[in-house]
Amino acid sequence: MNEHLLSMHDLTADDVVRILDTAESFREVGTRVIKKVPALRGRTVVNLFYENSTRTRISFELAAKRLSADVINFSSGGSSVSKGESLKDTALTLQAMGADAIVIRHSSSGSPFQLTRWVRGHVLNAGDGTHEHPTQALLDLYTMRERLGRLEGLRVAIVGDVLHSRVARSLSFGLVKMGADVTLVGPATLIPPDAPAWGVQVSHDVEGVLPKLDVCYLLRVQTERQRLEYFPSVREYSRLFGLDRRRVGLLPEGSLIMHPGPMNRGVEIDSDVADLPQSVIEDQVTNGIAVRMALLYLLLGGRAETEEVTS
Amino acid sequence: MTGRALLLRGPRIADPVSGRDDVADVLVRDGAIAEVGSALSAAKAEVIECDGLVLAPGLVDLHTHLREPGAEHKETVETGTRAAAAGGYTAVAPMPNTDPVADDASVIAGVRAAAARAGLADVFPIGAITRGQEGEALAELGEMVEAGVRVFSDDGRCVPTARTLRNALTYVRAFDDVVIAEHCEDASLSIGQQMHEGITSFSLGLTGQPSASEDTIVYRDLEVARLTGGRLHLCHLSSARSVELVRAAKRDGLRVTAEVTPHHLVFTDEDLRTYDTNRKVNPPFRSAEDREALRAGLADGTIDAIATDHAPHAVEEKEAEFDRAPHGTIGLETALAVVLTELVAPGLLTLSRALDALSVTPARILGANEHGGPIEPGRPANLVVFDPTETWTVDPPFASKSRNSAFLGRELTGRVRFTVLHGELTFAEGKALR
Repeated sequence: MNEHLLSMHDLTADDVVRILDTAESFREVGTRVIKKVPALRGRTVVNLFYENSTRTRISFELAAKRLSADVINFSSGGSSVSKGESLKDTALTLQAMGADAIVIRHSSSGSPFQLTRWVRGHVLNAGDGTHEHPTQALLDLYTMRERLGRLEGLRVAIVGDVLHSRVARSLSFGLVKMGADVTLVGPATLIPPDAPAWGVQVSHDVEGVLPKLDVCYLLRVQTERQRLEYFPSVREYSRLFGLDRRRVGLLPEGSLIMHPGPMNRGVEIDSDVADLPQSVIEDQVTNGIAVRMALLYLLLGGRAETEEVTS
Repeated sequence: MTGRALLLRGPRIADPVSGRDDVADVLVRDGAIAEVGSALSAAKAEVIECDGLVLAPGLVDLHTHLREPGAEHKETVETGTRAAAAGGYTAVAPMPNTDPVADDASVIAGVRAAAARAGLADVFPIGAITRGQEGEALAELGEMVEAGVRVFSDDGRCVPTARTLRNALTYVRAFDDVVIAEHCEDASLSIGQQMHEGITSFSLGLTGQPSASEDTIVYRDLEVARLTGGRLHLCHLSSARSVELVRAAKRDGLRVTAEVTPHHLVFTDEDLRTYDTNRKVNPPFRSAEDREALRAGLADGTIDAIATDHAPHAVEEKEAEFDRAPHGTIGLETALAVVLTELVAPGLLTLSRALDALSVTPARILGANEHGGPIEPGRPANLVVFDPTETWTVDPPFASKSRNSAFLGRELTGRVRFTVLHGELTFAEGKALR
């Protein structure tokens, strides 16, 4: 594995399998009464969050703590950043304090790449702008493999605002790498025109796609005003692409409904659909901790004693 | 001029004007070329051995940002013209997007005075087309023409309406050889743009700007030039479609010229994969097909000139998140070497056409009559001498105040050794001399 995790392109298919297998061994730790192993005792992990994110930050924090690492949470509000400190200077400061790994969430695409030029520690991309969100993709791959037993040949549709979605990018790249069959579905204005170059298919007809799926993956629809120039209204989006009860009936038996959260109930997904048994949205959250534990463990090189603890 | 004589002994003389390409001595006296011939000698002349070097007309840049007044932390007239001298340039044309904007004769006079104090290059300020570059009322073009301005541009911004451009192109017909230079970019297709729009921008999650942003304005501007008969110059072309439109316009006999930068002749959007902010420029690097079209257009004369768009930015401005870093790369100190390495050496461009595009043609567009050759007795001695074989790596320090070069770390072959401005050395053996 590379020294950093910036993009799904950093990983080979073998790396992905290794990460998911390692996560599987950590999954059990979360079911214990004492949810902790000493794998990263004495190591320091910094969560550098320039963008609000409750679930990803907490997930990373729990992952690092369950590995016994020291965790520092650094968010842009109420810090030196609000006094105008640059990303570079902040990164150098954290390095000087001995950060072994920096988990960065930033609204600017590419920020984790730039960080690697300024610091020595390992950099983990926890979501950068509209670029990638590789740990989300890995926890999604984990969930699919756990539920369906394989990744190769899985038929997955990613539905929604692909153009602005870092989740869609990482997940597409990851699924294609693992031999799955990916279809991007959404209004034509929200699908990159050159997307087939990623090795995926494109459709604008959700009902035509649903009967052929193993996984229907819904993206959060951004409803801020600047997004609305891409489609006429939330109502029309919901009508054309939202997953309601009737459309769920088109999915083959045994298929999964997934969503990276947070959901807009009633927009891309109907409320009662989100609560169906085939919806594995909560599993995704639980698995996220194990996958992030695996990544921190593999990148930071946990000690041999942990092998015993986790096996 | 009281300067002593300068004898440049034994260079290969490459003069695209006369077509001369042979080895000879050049004697310079009182700011002018006194003699060109074999085995020249002159009492008390400073002798410069030029064995194995190439002597050509000093380079002329149609598109420079000297940042003074207003952004002296990036560059000043002095440091910018020092970079020019280091790059073999004897004349540069700074764009008016300063603070205050160069939209009246007093700002122009200030830039000229600073250039005269530095004495490192002849500076031909470009005036703004509209007041404050705001795209509405015309600036006082006539007064600036009287002050010697020959080219007007709202560079960095496109003249927003065809109506305003029409008025500008029509108004300047009253003056001899005055040029309206356009930065072609449809703002609405360019909102938030970080790079060329295509599969690479989508993969990198960076907001793209489609070629159509440039192409639509090139088309509009050419039609307005056709309507008015005005003299139009198009800055830094970046797309294949633009080149094709200019080619057709020239076939129709329109009075239009165009430029391309060295960096657009080399890089593509793929070169942004590492989010290197020094490669964030406007217009953006486009596809490989676009780059090939630019090269072909330069070779066949559709594109007239190579211009640097030298755009200095402070380190802390460029060492930022990609979408927060300003657009631009410095270019004066690398232009000749880039063109020699990437275009002349592989046979895409003859040396003569390269020097024509770097010196002769931009001098003509700018009305810089003392620059751009020919290398003949009686002509002002504005010359560059370069070593065509020296290989070097682009790295700081630069003569420029800034170091935001898209070419950092790149190996280039061909290096400026001497620059002569009105008979005086402004740069010799790695050092500016003033």
